[in-house]
Amino acid sequence: MGDEVKDVIMAQIRRDVLNNTLSKGIRFDSRKFDEYRPIEVQKGVIKTAEGSAIAKIGQTTVLVAAKFDVVKPFSDRPTQGVMVSNAELLPTASPNFESGPPDEYSIEVARVVDRALRSAECIDLDSFFVETDKVLGLYLDIYVMNHAGNYTDAATLAATAALLNTQVPKVEGGKIIRGEYARPLAPSKLPVTTTMVKIGDNWLVDPTRDEERVLETILTIGTTEEHVCAMQKGKGAITKNELVDAMEIAFKRGDDIRKILRSD
Amino acid sequence: MSDSKGTVPLIVDGKRLDGRGIEDLRNLRIEVGIIPEADGSSYVEWGGNKILCGVYGPRECIPRHDASPYHAIVKCRYMMSPFASLEEHGRSGPSRRSTELSKVIREVFENVVIAEKFPNTQIEIFIDVLQAEGGTRTASITAATVALANAGIPMKDMVGSVAVGKAGDVLVVDLNKAEDNFGQSDMPMAISSRDKKLLLLQMDGLLTKEEIIQMVEMAERGCDKVNVIQTDALKRFYEKGEEESIKW
Repeated sequence: MGDEVKDVIMAQIRRDVLNNTLSKGIRFDSRKFDEYRPIEVQKGVIKTAEGSAIAKIGQTTVLVAAKFDVVKPFSDRPTQGVMVSNAELLPTASPNFESGPPDEYSIEVARVVDRALRSAECIDLDSFFVETDKVLGLYLDIYVMNHAGNYTDAATLAATAALLNTQVPKVEGGKIIRGEYARPLAPSKLPVTTTMVKIGDNWLVDPTRDEERVLETILTIGTTEEHVCAMQKGKGAITKNELVDAMEIAFKRGDDIRKILRSD
Repeated sequence: MSDSKGTVPLIVDGKRLDGRGIEDLRNLRIEVGIIPEADGSSYVEWGGNKILCGVYGPRECIPRHDASPYHAIVKCRYMMSPFASLEEHGRSGPSRRSTELSKVIREVFENVVIAEKFPNTQIEIFIDVLQAEGGTRTASITAATVALANAGIPMKDMVGSVAVGKAGDVLVVDLNKAEDNFGQSDMPMAISSRDKKLLLLQMDGLLTKEEIIQMVEMAERGCDKVNVIQTDALKRFYEKGEEESIKW
């Protein structure tokens, strides 16, 4: 994916045009700098999974499905359940995604979502104990189905929504009885992430694909109601003061998104 | 990074389990130019971490389609050796963790390497963790900065790196393994030495905004200390003129 001359020139033109409009306080889609695109969440979309949700932020669409299995616990936490997150940037979803083993971007998004959920302590992994050497493993599979920018926030949103929709399966004799459920998982916190990018002198929330192409710095901040639960800076550099502002925005937008999560 | 709440007392009488105060770094030793075959190299011992770093380039970019006619491509490969910790790490190629770390470490140096000077080339940073004791990514960045300087690669700034975390409800600088594993939060950072920009910023655990601001300030002080040791290591090397055999 080297920079061909035409790519570099196009990126430069895009950056100039974007910067020009941004300097007038306008984004291409006429959003405010700290405004998300329309957000939509649908839970329970996959009947074969114990929990699932599709989150849409603008045209960006991410599916997360939660599946349980009985697994061996980690040796240092013999009574604790296991949570595993995996992300697929489906080649179906964007001309920029290629098929093949997970690349650093899909690994990164899976690990950032995992970090936000785990740090938020929104699910009680101790309740996943089955018997000696057997615990429930919760697999969260993140499928990016259309990438129109900012799949990270859509992935966290879909993951948290999927947890809200997840039923813990009934376990008998150390085996899962498929299709029968013991209880709803009921996450105690609602972690969400807010991604911001810097273009020129401006920080923009929820970047589109066009904005991502010319970003200089990208920062994702995960929040719960009270705490920051994850941070990940990708490309670029950030000052302390910019970080302070970014955290404030992350809490505000995070609370907006949590309202959407709670509303249905 | 940490993934469990504190049950072990990590701070006793204002001192940490290894006797350090809250802002003290573990012993940090940096050696320059220890891989004569490399264009630049370094060896860092930081607490129980032992990190080997070799820098190659600018050299021809392979594969060729990765090359840019405008700037050098910075590449980074961080790898944890299978024998680096008491637990077995496996030998089946890069883990998800090391893939992520390679990416974030590369993104640190893309900010400081003056890549425009070397179009169509690549600059490769290879980092091997020989022994790990918490904080390998920050030790790796510390090592890579010195190795890049040793390779004569022009940089806008030096980069120091340290993690600040929360252990036993106290904010502490430079987490060791116990603090990393049993602490409440971990926030590794890398900071450019002159303009104090955050070039690495990751965080897990639960923290308030105020705590995070305080941790950035603690990291700035920590990175200043790291930077002094980095600069000193480079000076020693160039004053001496040639490498001497080092004690591993």
